[in-house]
Parts: sequence; C-alpha cells; structure tokens
Amino acid sequence: MARTRYAPDRGLTARMGLTMFLLGLVFVAFVALLVGILTAVHAGGAAIVFFPVLLGLGLGIGSLFYSDKIALRAAGAQEVTPQQAPMLHGVVDRLCALADMPKPRVAIAPTDMPNAFATGRNSKHAVVCVTQGLMRRLDDPEELEAVLAHEMSHVAHKDVTVMTIASFLAIIAGLMVRFAFYGELFGGGRGRNNNNGGGQLAILMLAMMAVSAVVYAISFLLIRLLSRYRELAADRAGALLTGQPSKLASALQKVSGQIAAIPTRDLRSAQPLNAFYFAPALTKGQSVSNLFSTHPSLEKRLAELAKISKQLGQ
Amino acid sequence: MGLLDTLLGRTKPKQPNLDALFALPSAAITLEAAASLVPTGTGSVCFRAAEGRAFQDMERDIRELLDSDASKEAPPVEVTADSYGFTWLVVRQPADQLDALVTDVHAVNSSLADAGFGPQLLCSLIGFRNPGKPQSKLAVVYLFKRGTFYPFAPLSGERRDNALELQVRGAIEGELAIESDLSRWFPVWGAPGL
Repeated sequence: MARTRYAPDRGLTARMGLTMFLLGLVFVAFVALLVGILTAVHAGGAAIVFFPVLLGLGLGIGSLFYSDKIALRAAGAQEVTPQQAPMLHGVVDRLCALADMPKPRVAIAPTDMPNAFATGRNSKHAVVCVTQGLMRRLDDPEELEAVLAHEMSHVAHKDVTVMTIASFLAIIAGLMVRFAFYGELFGGGRGRNNNNGGGQLAILMLAMMAVSAVVYAISFLLIRLLSRYRELAADRAGALLTGQPSKLASALQKVSGQIAAIPTRDLRSAQPLNAFYFAPALTKGQSVSNLFSTHPSLEKRLAELAKISKQLGQ
Repeated sequence: MGLLDTLLGRTKPKQPNLDALFALPSAAITLEAAASLVPTGTGSVCFRAAEGRAFQDMERDIRELLDSDASKEAPPVEVTADSYGFTWLVVRQPADQLDALVTDVHAVNSSLADAGFGPQLLCSLIGFRNPGKPQSKLAVVYLFKRGTFYPFAPLSGERRDNALELQVRGAIEGELAIESDLSRWFPVWGAPGL
C-alpha cells in the first residue's frame, strides 16, 4: 500500500467532535431542565413545550427537504445544462470523477456578487451554484475549480443536513422563548381573573423563558463555531481533491476583497444565505466579532491552506 | 462515507483502482469483431497535478522511466496540459501491441500511486478507430476511482456519437466493467491522443 500524503487533520476533527458533543450536552440539559420545571410546577405548561417542538420539527424537516429549492429561489439562480455552461459542467464532471461522487446539478445565479454555494440534503439532491460575478472575476479556471471543489466537499460532508440538525435545538429554544412570552401575556391575564394558580403559571413561564434564552444563546455560539469548523474541513477536503491549495487561497483572496468593496444594500438582502456561501457577505467589514461569524477569518483559512500546501510539497 | 466521517466532516481521498486496465486487450478483440474498431496505438493518462516540488519530481521520473524503457521504435512520451488544468501523458506503441500500451499506461498509474498521489488520477484513454470510416473515432475511457470503463465517441463541433457509444457498450459489456451511471460518462473534448 502506497503511503498517503493526505493526512487527516486530527486537531480539527477533535475540535469539531467536541463542539458537537457540547451541543448534544446542551440539548440534554435543556430537556432535563424543562422536564424538571414542568413536573415541579404540575401546571398545564405542556403546550408551551409541545407546540414549539412540533413547529421546530416541521421547520427543520421542511427546510431540509426543500433546501435546494429554497436556496436557489432566494439567490434567483437557474439550473444550467452542459450546453449552456460547458466549462462549468466540465469542471464539475472532472471533480466528481476525482472524488467518485454523483454529479450534482449545476446552477448559475445572475448577480454580480462573487460567490458560490452548495445545497441539498444529500448528494442525490445536491445543487452547486455559482454567481455570474464569480465566473467573471475568477478568470483562471483552476481558481473556479478550487471554489467548486470546496462546495462539493460541503456536499460530500452533508453539511446542509448536519447544520440543519444542529440548528434544530436553537430553533426550538428560540420558539419556546416566544411561546412562553405570549403565554405570559395571555396566561398571566387569565391568572389574574380567576386568581387561582396564576402566580405559579407566571413563574413557570418566566423560568422556561430564562432557560430557553440561555440555551438559545449557548447553542447559537456553538452552531457558529461548528459552522466555522466545517468551512475549514471543506477548504481542506477541496484543496486535497484538486491538489492545489494555493489556487483556493488565491480565489479566496480575490473573492473576499471584492465582497468588501460592494455596496451594503445588495449585500443585506443576501445575508440569510450566508451560511451556505463560499465566503460570507458581511455588511460591517471585519468589525463583526469572530464569535458570531459563520466563516473563519480569511487569515485563518489562508494559514490552513498554506499548511496543506507545505504537506503536499514534501 | 460512514456516519462518523459525515459528522466529523472528513473525506478520505479515493484511491484509484489500477488493475482493471489489463482486461482491455481481450476486450479490444471483441470490439474489432463486433464494431470493426481497431486500436490506434495511442493511450493517455489524465491526472490533476498537485502543487509543489514532490509532484514535479515524480512527474519527471515517470517521463524518464517511460522514455528509457520504451523500445526504439516507439516515440517518446508526450505531455500536454488541457484548459481545465489537468495534465495528459500520451504514450504511443505500434497499433498491434495493445498489451505494451496498457503496460505503459499502468506504469504511469502505479508510479503516481506509489508516490502517494493516487487520488490525483482522473482517467485513462485508449484510442480506437474504424479503418473503414476515417472520421469515426472512439476512446475507451477508464475511470480510476470507479474501476469502470465507458466509450466516448466525439464528432465534430463538440457532439457525441451516442449511437456508436451505446453500440460499443453492448459489444464489450461482458468483458469490461462498464460504468452503469450514464451521468458519469463525461465528455473529454479535445483529449490528447484521441
């Protein structure tokens, strides 16, 4: 067996595993606290738990199953045939053959913002989308290939599914804050009217609101952390797939500079899609704290790619 | 990929399957009998060069190896880069010596794999032609990562002769592992040595 030059990044794997473990831990603690609060108060607060979970599940499953359609619609992207975009399809064909994965659908979004994203819950339903701005700016086909390799690594890692499941906890906690808040408004009113257990119900609502808010905050930070790790993992897998980490680095550099230079009005409308993008479109430059961002900083990504480049050269 | 690999965002680079190529010479006889296609004596290996010194050194070694052991009548190995950034090594042998050609192609493949660059291999092409119809060309493409073959018959103007491709599939199905997923039969327009 030949030696391998593609050593896994154990540190990244360990950090990602730890992040997921912590997310799971928060989830378990959240459920335990809710059960504890509900049994301690013996109140009819089950609805406050039941409906958010049901709604959250519905939202999660819905966004998972329609992720490709939702993302394409939001970006205004159109699927293209090999006749319409022979070069793009050629690059994707070759990457699929190198990685031995089924070919995703290919789409082009008619915006000038240079970016790319991949979506779809598994390889069968995957769509890889690039913007016209990206194709125009990355005139070197090898840079375009590097970006597509990054996106196809997201597909291979099933990042849409993983991130949707990871976000499930935050969605439920967020919904529960809202439900408890409205429950407080209406339930509190009812409690004052008949003066029977109203105080207890109010405490229940307040406690659930507090717990949910804390869980929401913690899981939000963990999800962002996980997202950054998965970006690094996709960078790595993409760079190893083409064997050209420096091409990905130069594409990143080109694209990031361009995004910062674009007026904010266009970018704000693109923000909901950020998590799936190749590079995020930040409205406030670099001042946004790294803790809250979906992508690692450019410097971090370039440093990691430089490491891979060094490994390959040895 | 397993569940754990998905969860941890790991991809193991896919190692190539090199040995299936040796089934080609016997399939070529069937191909001649069924579709009167004969080998052109040209074969090529396509790979994605990795950046850095290590790959460059290895590429040079492969060329030296093939140029030195190739018999006197065989022309030297030709290296070309295509517009996608992939490198093609074209090897030539007399048209009736398909075995020697396949051995040469295998030498390239195993050199790459031995140097640890097996995942960089994309595909191998063996050229065929129809002596009766000079404009008709066909390549049997070998996909390293799948271990499967598919026929590719280009026509002028980036069109494919699907009828010929399917006819060839029918003819050699029993002898070669033909790629069953037609979406993976990607076109290699302008491949060197075709």
